[in-house]
Amino acid sequence: MAKRRIRLFFNGDLVTEPVVYTMGHKFDVVTNIRGGEVFANNGWLYIEVTGEDDEIDRAVEWVIDQGVRVDPVEGDIIAG
Amino acid sequence: MREGVGTSAPPSPPGSGRFFVVRRGTRSEGGGTTVGYIKGLVCRECGEVYDLSPIHVCDLCFGPLEVAYDYAAIRADISREEIMRGPQTVWRYRKLLPVTDDQPLVDIQTGCTPLLKADNLGKLLGLRNLYIKNDTVNPSFSFKDRPVTVAATVARAFGFDTIACASTGNLAASVAAHGAKAQMHCVVFIPSDLEPSKITNISVYDPTLVAIRGNYDDVNRLCAEIADRYGWAFVNINLRPYYAEGSKTLAFEVAEQLGWRAPDSVVVPTASGAMFTKIARGFEELAEVGLISRAVPRMGLAQAAGCAPIVAAHEANSMTIRPVKPSTIAKSLAIGNPADGYYCLKEIKATNGFAGSVTDDEIVEGMKLLARTEGVFAETAGGVSVGVLKKLAEAGVFDPDETVVCYVTGNGLKTPEAVAPALAAPLTIEANMAEFDRAIKGVQDIQPVLA
Repeated sequence: MAKRRIRLFFNGDLVTEPVVYTMGHKFDVVTNIRGGEVFANNGWLYIEVTGEDDEIDRAVEWVIDQGVRVDPVEGDIIAG
Repeated sequence: MREGVGTSAPPSPPGSGRFFVVRRGTRSEGGGTTVGYIKGLVCRECGEVYDLSPIHVCDLCFGPLEVAYDYAAIRADISREEIMRGPQTVWRYRKLLPVTDDQPLVDIQTGCTPLLKADNLGKLLGLRNLYIKNDTVNPSFSFKDRPVTVAATVARAFGFDTIACASTGNLAASVAAHGAKAQMHCVVFIPSDLEPSKITNISVYDPTLVAIRGNYDDVNRLCAEIADRYGWAFVNINLRPYYAEGSKTLAFEVAEQLGWRAPDSVVVPTASGAMFTKIARGFEELAEVGLISRAVPRMGLAQAAGCAPIVAAHEANSMTIRPVKPSTIAKSLAIGNPADGYYCLKEIKATNGFAGSVTDDEIVEGMKLLARTEGVFAETAGGVSVGVLKKLAEAGVFDPDETVVCYVTGNGLKTPEAVAPALAAPLTIEANMAEFDRAIKGVQDIQPVLA
C-alpha cells in the first residue's frame, strides 16, 4: 500500500464540488484531509491518499481532469 | 535537529475558513531571524516565514520553502571585484548562498567550470553567439556538486552526523564524495538494478550503499518514509531549500563569464525543476543586488520525451503537471512527478521562454553532435539539452545574433552505454603498412607525407 501527500487547488465553482468525497468513492483509495483553507471562490487542501500506486495514479488523474491543480508535496524522492 | 510535532491550533472563528494544522516547523513571529544575510525560510505559496531549520514544507499550506535573503544588506556589501578575487569555486558567491561568513565549508572545489564559445556547433545551428556551460568537469563529474556542497555545509552546521540521498547516479556520487570530505556518515539509496559502472562510481567514496529491490515507485516511497523516520540530512528532502540554492551558481558564473551580463536565452535540461527555477532565480538575484543590469533570460526547458511532464503541460498551455512513469535512457532526468514542475511553467511564462523534448535517438545524436563539434563528451542529459537546442534553433526560436547558453550538466563517462552502440567501430587491421593504407583510404583526407 502506498501513501502519497498532495495539495489540491480549487478555483471558482470547483470549491463547491465534492471532489475529495467522490475521489474516495470512485477509486479504491482512502483520503485523509490533513489541512487546508477554503473560501468562497477558491481554496486548497492538503490530503494524504492511501492505496495501491496505480489506483492512486488513476485517482489523481481523475482529480486533474476535474480542473483541480494537483501538486506533489515532495515530488519524486529518487533523483538522477 | 528536527523540531518536534506540535499540537493542533484551536478551532478558527466561523467564516475564517481555516482548518486545523499540525505544526512542525518553527514559524517566526518576527518575520524571520536574520543570520548573516539570511532572513530565514519563506513559503513560496503563502509567504509564511520560518527560522532556519532543516524543514522543507510550510506548516500552514504545505507549500515548498525557500531561503530568504536580506538583499539590501547584500547589495551594500557585495561587489564584482570582491567576487573576482574570491576562490575559484562556487564559494566566491558566498554572500548569495545560505551560509554565514564563519561557517566551515564542505568543499571539494566545485564550480568555475568553463563557458565554452561553441563556434562549430553554433555555425551548424545558425547561432553566432552560442555557449556551452560545461559542468561535466566538476569534481564528481556533474552539476550536482553545486547543490550538494551547500547541502553538506548546512547539514554539518545543523549538527547532522549522517548525510543521505536516493539517486540513480549523479546525486549519489556527489553526496558520497561530500560525505567523505566532511567525514560524515553517508547513506545512499539506489534501485537494485542500477548499472554496475554507476555503482562503482558511488561505492568508491565508501558510503553505506543500500540497493532497494522494487520498482521506481517502491524506491521513492521507502525513501520518503526513511527520511521521515531517521532524522538524517536527506539533501533533496529536508535540506531541499538549502540544497537548491547551490544551483544558482550556474547563473552567477555564466553572468560573470559573459562580462557581468545575462544571456538572451538559456536551454536547461530538467528533471525535478529545482535547477531550472534556481538558474532563473540566480539571474534575478544578481540584478537585485546590482551586479548585472538586466535580469532573467528567456528560460528554455529541455526534457527527454520519455519523461516530459513539464513540456507536456507547456505544450497543452496548461499549468497542471500530470505525473508520468519515466521511460528514457536519460536516467538523470527521469523524475516523473517533479516537485518544482508548476514553478518551471510559471518561469517559462514569465520570461516568454520555451520548452521542448527529444526522443532517445535524438538524445544520442545530441551527445555525438556536441562531442564531434566542440569536443565535449556529455552524458544523456547533455544530449537532451543539445538535442532540444538543435530542435528549437531549427524551428527559428532564436535570433542568430542573440547570446544563447546551453547547460551541459554531466560527464559522458557516466552513461557510456547510451552512446556506445551508435559509434563507429574502430578500424581493425593487421600490423602492416599495406593494410593500413587500404583501411585509411577514403576514411579521411590523409595522404602519406613520405612515399
